[in-house]
Amino acid sequence: MVHIEAQEAAAGTKPAGPTTAWAMRGAMLREFWFYFRQNRGAVIGLAIFTIVVLIAVLAPLLAPHSPTLQNRDALLLPPIWADGGSWTYALGTDAVGRDILSRLIYGARFSLFIGVVVVTLSVTVGVVVGLIAGFFGGWIDTAIMRVMDVILAFPSLLLALVLVAILGPGLMNAMIAIALILQPHFVRLTRASVLSERNREYVISARVAGASKLRLMFVTILPNCLAPLIVQATLAFSNAILDAAALGFLGMGAQPPTPEWGTMLAEAREFILRAPWVVTFPGLAILVTVLAINLMGDGLRDALDPKLKQS
Amino acid sequence: MALLEIENLSVTFATSGGEFRAVDEVSLVCDRGEILSIVGESGSGKSVSMLALMGLLPWTATVTADTMRFDGRDILSMSDRQRREIIGRDIAMIFQEPMSSLNPCFTVGFQIGETLRVHLGMGRAERRERSIELLKLVGIPAPEKRLSQFPHQLSGGMSQRVMIAMALACNPKLLIADEPTTALDVTIQAQILDLLIGLQKKNDMGLILITHDMGVVAETAERVQVQYAGQKVEEQRVRELFDDPHHPYTQALLSALPERATRHGRLPSIPGVVPGQGDRPAGCLFSPRCRFATDLCRQTVERQGPEFGYALCNYPLKEGVPTGHPGVPELESAR
Amino acid sequence: MSAPVLEKVADAGETVVEARDLRRYYDISGGLFSQAGIVRALDGVSFRLQTGRTLAVVGESGCGKSTLARLVTMIEKPTSGTLLIDGEPVTASTAELRRKIQIVFQNPYGSLNPRQKIGAILEEPLKINTRDTASVRKDKAIAMMERVGLRSEHYERYPHMFSGGQRQRIAIARALMLNPKILVLDEPVSALDVSIQAQVLNILMDLQEELGLAYLFISHDLSVVRHLADEIMVMYLGKPVEFGPSEVVFNSPRHPYTAALLSATPVADPGREKKRIALTGELPSPLNPPAGCSFNPRCWKAQEKCIREEPPLMPDGPQSHACFFPVERDGNE
Repeated sequence: MVHIEAQEAAAGTKPAGPTTAWAMRGAMLREFWFYFRQNRGAVIGLAIFTIVVLIAVLAPLLAPHSPTLQNRDALLLPPIWADGGSWTYALGTDAVGRDILSRLIYGARFSLFIGVVVVTLSVTVGVVVGLIAGFFGGWIDTAIMRVMDVILAFPSLLLALVLVAILGPGLMNAMIAIALILQPHFVRLTRASVLSERNREYVISARVAGASKLRLMFVTILPNCLAPLIVQATLAFSNAILDAAALGFLGMGAQPPTPEWGTMLAEAREFILRAPWVVTFPGLAILVTVLAINLMGDGLRDALDPKLKQS
Repeated sequence: MALLEIENLSVTFATSGGEFRAVDEVSLVCDRGEILSIVGESGSGKSVSMLALMGLLPWTATVTADTMRFDGRDILSMSDRQRREIIGRDIAMIFQEPMSSLNPCFTVGFQIGETLRVHLGMGRAERRERSIELLKLVGIPAPEKRLSQFPHQLSGGMSQRVMIAMALACNPKLLIADEPTTALDVTIQAQILDLLIGLQKKNDMGLILITHDMGVVAETAERVQVQYAGQKVEEQRVRELFDDPHHPYTQALLSALPERATRHGRLPSIPGVVPGQGDRPAGCLFSPRCRFATDLCRQTVERQGPEFGYALCNYPLKEGVPTGHPGVPELESAR
Repeated sequence: MSAPVLEKVADAGETVVEARDLRRYYDISGGLFSQAGIVRALDGVSFRLQTGRTLAVVGESGCGKSTLARLVTMIEKPTSGTLLIDGEPVTASTAELRRKIQIVFQNPYGSLNPRQKIGAILEEPLKINTRDTASVRKDKAIAMMERVGLRSEHYERYPHMFSGGQRQRIAIARALMLNPKILVLDEPVSALDVSIQAQVLNILMDLQEELGLAYLFISHDLSVVRHLADEIMVMYLGKPVEFGPSEVVFNSPRHPYTAALLSATPVADPGREKKRIALTGELPSPLNPPAGCSFNPRCWKAQEKCIREEPPLMPDGPQSHACFFPVERDGNE
């Protein structure tokens, strides 16, 4: 009650507001930033994520060496601060003499690539399937949701392993497998939002105006379900990186000599005692990236969710 | 000394767009055995001021007041703990949405008993007995059966009765009812209002009735306080208010009611909307929508004395004519 | 006034909606612990509505008035009965008929798509139903906005930037975009403040006079209904209990429920003598309605016949009512 009053007074009656579409979008962005900024972790996450993206984009300029160039004279060189380290290989070299720093820098490209492809794939499929389930209901809904339940009932990594085993190892197949195991989350989320929006009066108004089913689904309802999906997408992004690394580690993802972080870990496994840095740095890279994206996702939820409740 | 005395209460909220003043220097007095009605449209701050008294506002709110005294005790200087002791026991409140005011996870009996246990420290058997007595008091048939029911098994009217029973559990001296019947059907509304008034008379409570419905005000209240955009604009006894409103806003509000207009005729509406956060005018807040507003009104506004119902207006109305208005002759001839 | 979209739709007095014994039942599937049953949300409603006239449907929650709105706007299909819109029976192909009847909802916050700009909201019906070009659509939308008292710069804004009253104007504008003959108004002013309510009611009355629209006005607020309606239908538990010219029903209600409803409505006049008929009890469960007259458990005039038999809606003087022992026509209300 209070909330509504304050809100009505604050938002509803502001005739002196911006008028053009651009200015309005600016105002909405500013408001988004206001709420996002409240969460300090999210801002740090965003900063780190931006750095990772920049590194990935500028990899050829930043990397001191080729990621696949083997130097037989410098095998398992320690990083710079340890005895025997040198500026030529700032983070040391691996068992076949490749520069770890360069491999990490190029690895960022793979991780982001995996994230983008997996999220795009799982969001597209998940949203369409979820829309169908939520909008049509009945036996279609039941059938779809039971299939999703079955997928969710498997331990996700195990299912991904099985899929890759069927499809054959490789980065592309790993991504498809991960997309498939992540997609039920989007289906459920979309379906839940669609169910709550489907009977709202604006949807009924559009029906009375004669809108077709496709129009109702994609033009009327879908844009109003996006906020939770965006949050879920960021979390799926980090999950995808993590799962891809896990598959790589198990030898089912990207194949050597690809400088993918998980694959790097797998290759370095046997040197864990002799040359711990070979394992540590790819692990740290995964940790930091995933943590940054998760923090960012939290901030996004804080910033987008109140908007959700308002509308 | 009155039961509740509030002087110059202000509440501001911190929002993303800066400060927003929801209640602006509102004063209020309510005595035992009296029904005071606070009436106003949305954004008038009528609920917020009472929530401020109860200490139920979110942390973004800042509450200031010159005096806030209940039963001779200063609420402002109290610790949270002392305040909690009074609230719920001596001051009780019921809300608009009876369905969401009850916790759906617990039985009716448990929720009434909880109040009795916290404030009065009653034992189990005693609580049950008192709960049944309370449910009987608010006119719920078969109270023994109702005690073990969950809120979703009750209708809106029944839930509101349960809420009233809970509010009355500790024999409060003051009951604040925030739009208690807005969510209910007309016939149920009549029942609940009769019940509230009956209980108020019987227990000699003070009753503050917050509402937007002029009909409810006319039929229940004794004294009425009209609020607009967070300010108190007028205060009168109910009959006088309806017969001779002194503030132009009250007058406009009353004439906008369909039942006071001729059938099928145009309704005299108030142009514009309540000012929001960004566009609070200087001087009188009603001036942009007032047909009597002059340049003076756009600069300052003065509060009148009791003869004009403490109207917050430079030219308070008397029999519909603004007193001291520079353009009175023209207005007269236009009538 | 000279807006290109707005044309007078018809001469007054032409029947545009005719309902014959409309019924809508819902099956309640039995869960683990509850029994299956049928809810008779709407149980035999007949009426005719003419252009330029307002028929008000009043009643408390659960009386079936919203179900009636959903049937008349073809959102749902009736279980039985016929509905004629503009003389044509509503059958499977409703695309053409849909344009003739539009709806305005109660909640101005829920009835506008929060992600669409006002312009897009108003143009959507045209986009779906006409072949107008984008510029024609925009012209029509802006003309309509001006007609309902909005400024043309509002075209680019989103619904959350408007107050409740302005949103309701937008909803009315959208309903009028296709130049319908009938408007179903489902509690259009219940969520608004009194001063804003007056503005919206004025717009509705002006539009009706100008365009000859027929209104099916659904409301629980009797003072608004009295102001607007030509005819009034009082419903209780899915059935009409009284039907007649508005003034007659208000001045001398015959059905006890109508009388109780009228006396329970608070009147903004503290000097008025209160003569309230206190109804005991609450609305019975629609899953398990009482035998005979559905109002009998709450009725102070109920007799044995009311429990045995169901009273039909019978004409009696200017109005019709469904009661064996109607309230006397005293006329001294």
